Amino acid sequence: MSSMPAFFTSKRNNAILAIAAVVFILLGIFTPFFRIVFGVIVPYMAILIFLVGVAARVWQWAKSPEPFRIPTSCGQQLSLKWMPSSKLDNPSTTLGVIGRMALEVLCFRSLFRNTKAELKSGPRLVYGTSKYLWLGALAFHWCFLLIILRHLRYFANPVPSFVLFLESLDGFFQIGVPILYISNLIILGALAFLLFRRLLEPKLRYISLPADYFPLLLILGIVLTGMLMRYTAWKPDIVGVKELAMGLVSFRPAIPAGIGCLFYIHLFLVCTLIAYFPFSKLMHMAGIFLSPTRNMANNNRMQRHINPWNYPVKVHTYEEWEHEFRDKMKAAGYKFDKE
Amino acid sequence: MAEHFNKKPEEVVRIDYHPPQKAWMDPTIDFEKKRGNWCYGAAAKNTKYLDLPHPRDWHPTDEDWKLPENWKEIILEGIKERLEKYRSFRLFMDICVRCGACADKCHYFIGSGDPKNMPVLRAELLRSIYRNDFTTAGKILGQYAGGRELTVDVIKEWFYYFFQCTECRRCSVFCPYGIDTAEITMHARELLSLLGIGINWIMEPAANCFRTGNHLGVPPHAFKDNVEFAADDLKDVTGVEVETPIHKKGAEVLVIVPSADYFGNPHYYTFLGYLALFHEIGLDFTFSAYASEGGNFGLFHSREMIKRLNAKIYAEAKRLGVKWILGCECGHMWRVLHQYMDTMNGPADFLEEPVSPITGTRFENAKSTKMVHICEFTADLIQNGKIKLDPRRNDHWKVTFHDSCNPARAMGLIEEPRYILRNACNYFYEMPENTIKEQTFCCGSGSGLGTDENLEMRLRGGLPRANAVKYVRDKHGVNVLSCICAIDKATLPDLLKYWVPDVDVCGVHELVGNALIMKGENERATDLRGTPIKTNGGQGESQP
Ligand code: SF4
Ligand code: SF4
Repeated sequence: MSSMPAFFTSKRNNAILAIAAVVFILLGIFTPFFRIVFGVIVPYMAILIFLVGVAARVWQWAKSPEPFRIPTSCGQQLSLKWMPSSKLDNPSTTLGVIGRMALEVLCFRSLFRNTKAELKSGPRLVYGTSKYLWLGALAFHWCFLLIILRHLRYFANPVPSFVLFLESLDGFFQIGVPILYISNLIILGALAFLLFRRLLEPKLRYISLPADYFPLLLILGIVLTGMLMRYTAWKPDIVGVKELAMGLVSFRPAIPAGIGCLFYIHLFLVCTLIAYFPFSKLMHMAGIFLSPTRNMANNNRMQRHINPWNYPVKVHTYEEWEHEFRDKMKAAGYKFDKE
Repeated sequence: MAEHFNKKPEEVVRIDYHPPQKAWMDPTIDFEKKRGNWCYGAAAKNTKYLDLPHPRDWHPTDEDWKLPENWKEIILEGIKERLEKYRSFRLFMDICVRCGACADKCHYFIGSGDPKNMPVLRAELLRSIYRNDFTTAGKILGQYAGGRELTVDVIKEWFYYFFQCTECRRCSVFCPYGIDTAEITMHARELLSLLGIGINWIMEPAANCFRTGNHLGVPPHAFKDNVEFAADDLKDVTGVEVETPIHKKGAEVLVIVPSADYFGNPHYYTFLGYLALFHEIGLDFTFSAYASEGGNFGLFHSREMIKRLNAKIYAEAKRLGVKWILGCECGHMWRVLHQYMDTMNGPADFLEEPVSPITGTRFENAKSTKMVHICEFTADLIQNGKIKLDPRRNDHWKVTFHDSCNPARAMGLIEEPRYILRNACNYFYEMPENTIKEQTFCCGSGSGLGTDENLEMRLRGGLPRANAVKYVRDKHGVNVLSCICAIDKATLPDLLKYWVPDVDVCGVHELVGNALIMKGENERATDLRGTPIKTNGGQGESQP
């Protein structure tokens, strides 16, 4: 593939990265010092970077005002009383906006509209509905959330009941021992779809950047190492894992030995993702809430929106205008205030 | 048709949607080869008249665009300023995930196959510079983080592609984060204008508008002539004498039209429709020669220019002492009036909350801006039974309706014109669902791109719209495309002539004017265009 992204074609880059990761991780498991680094320092650093980074980014967005009210209206406006308006796709009230945002965040409303344009002979342009991206994205995000919530079992003692409930829900079909989590299968499928879509769809491949492949691969790595630990013989010492996790959240870090190499790889990948988050497009998670085309009510003519930096501009006043055209206007029979 | 364009539709429609091998980060454009796809540079006299920076005469095919010496600094400074002033800008720079949902939503991409016309890539042209110079990742990783160095070729590429976006906002409907490429285009055009780069088809109307009050440069005496002429023409058709007050102090309503309505075809028939309607309901209104333009080419240049050109509307309403303002059929004019005017030029506390003097309806949706859309006004008249319409007089028209981008996606004015059409004509048919309402396709010539030298791009960009018209022409025999936008009325006739011959373009109030039963009128032998009326008797077969 000649147009493979530069990120993959640069062999030198990849090799260096891979070797560094392997060396670090191997060292990490076998010496107590590196166990402290990867079990305690790296996670704490990652969380710190995440918190500070996300806060800084959101602050940066929040401190720029939105000078104009620019919602994208996707349905009938509120105008005449007898004409039904579209309260969610073109909300004119705060409640409507909350509804619109909820649909957007929870159900990916806009993505649901997706169509695929095709040019057939004739010429005939057709726009079929295309729900694959919506489905793939929704499946991925919801499963990811579910998996994160399931992991709370390592951070609380006793395990909260809602986590137990989610676990039983996720293992509903009771296949195999240990029970197969449906979310694992779905997220793998969704990730594969998102990745192959990028690689195989010419348009997508053309617009994709390294920064688009990197998080996908990272998450794929996290999911795969996680699944290996659960479903294969490379099980970590679960008691040790819990001890480590509880130590981290209670700020009394403990470093149990013998958790296993796979676990440290998993943890390291997770930390990488967390630390990478604020510098990446993953910030869309926070950004969507601030998007002015979605989170503003279309009540533009009802309520004045204030631009904090509104400034006076040079205009052409009536007097200047009249002055220029006065003679001709007089001849044409216009009347004036001051004759 | 324009000198640079003689391709046949069969040739134009051979569109290759496969992106080239060459990575998109290379900015070079061969302007000579791409003739027909870009507009001429702004003439120095217009830039100068508006006191804009670096006025000069230049041409896109010139090797040297005569950029100011510190051009790079100006652009980077300009980006920085906008990041601080507009949350939307910073956010839209940061959160695109390149999911591609917007890719095939742009009419220019569909019509040209040029990958940089995918909204996502259009935005990346600017985003790559932002990443390179304003983000940590970009500063460290450069190209690996999607960064790109700012060069003169990038500026030229911006000119090419940001004047290949009609700011129609269709992409933003489909983006999961509501990223509005139109917004990014507006910023890019502002940045270019800091270097004295713009197109003449925008700067000339803007300069005219600043000077005379309207884009076409019609001076007040000619304005009066045109309006009075229209009244005469209307009398010829209806036998009714109508009034055309200009600068009438203390009138109840100031009426603002786009200047093409009293100057161009087929707009003019819509203007006759307004005059007939206002007379029939006895509206106490006035026109203004000073505010003789509702359209605002400032929207295609910069926010500051919007504000400068739009100020006259409130100023004139105040000077004349009217109660409220009625705005007529124009698309981008309503983007400005609905989303910007109150913020920029308000508060309009010297006006009253609009109330229809005929029906008593309070237009609460316009209680702050005090400006009502004529479709809202007329739909209310019809619903209250205040006007009598004989739809049979439009039986020679099989009508479809084109939603103009701005009323549809920056306002949500969707059902009002349809309600009017269903009452004013018997034969009304919708185009396919994915091409109307909030998913409507642009005429391909909006945002100041409707000029001749740009014809190939316009016809390409208009293909999705024309294709949907073709569908209803073939299926229902539709022979007229109605719309509520002056740019549509100016550019769609050429577009349809090319792709769908035998379909005309009209305004909604032209059809209202045809159907309107006026007191004391002659039996109408012709419609407002002078075409003989042949009613089909009985009821029509409109879709519900
Ligand atoms: S739809 Fe939105 S997020 Fe997706 S590529 Fe387009 S602009 Fe980016
Ligand atoms: S605003 Fe319209 S013209 Fe511009 S990129 Fe989006 S769809 Fe294309």
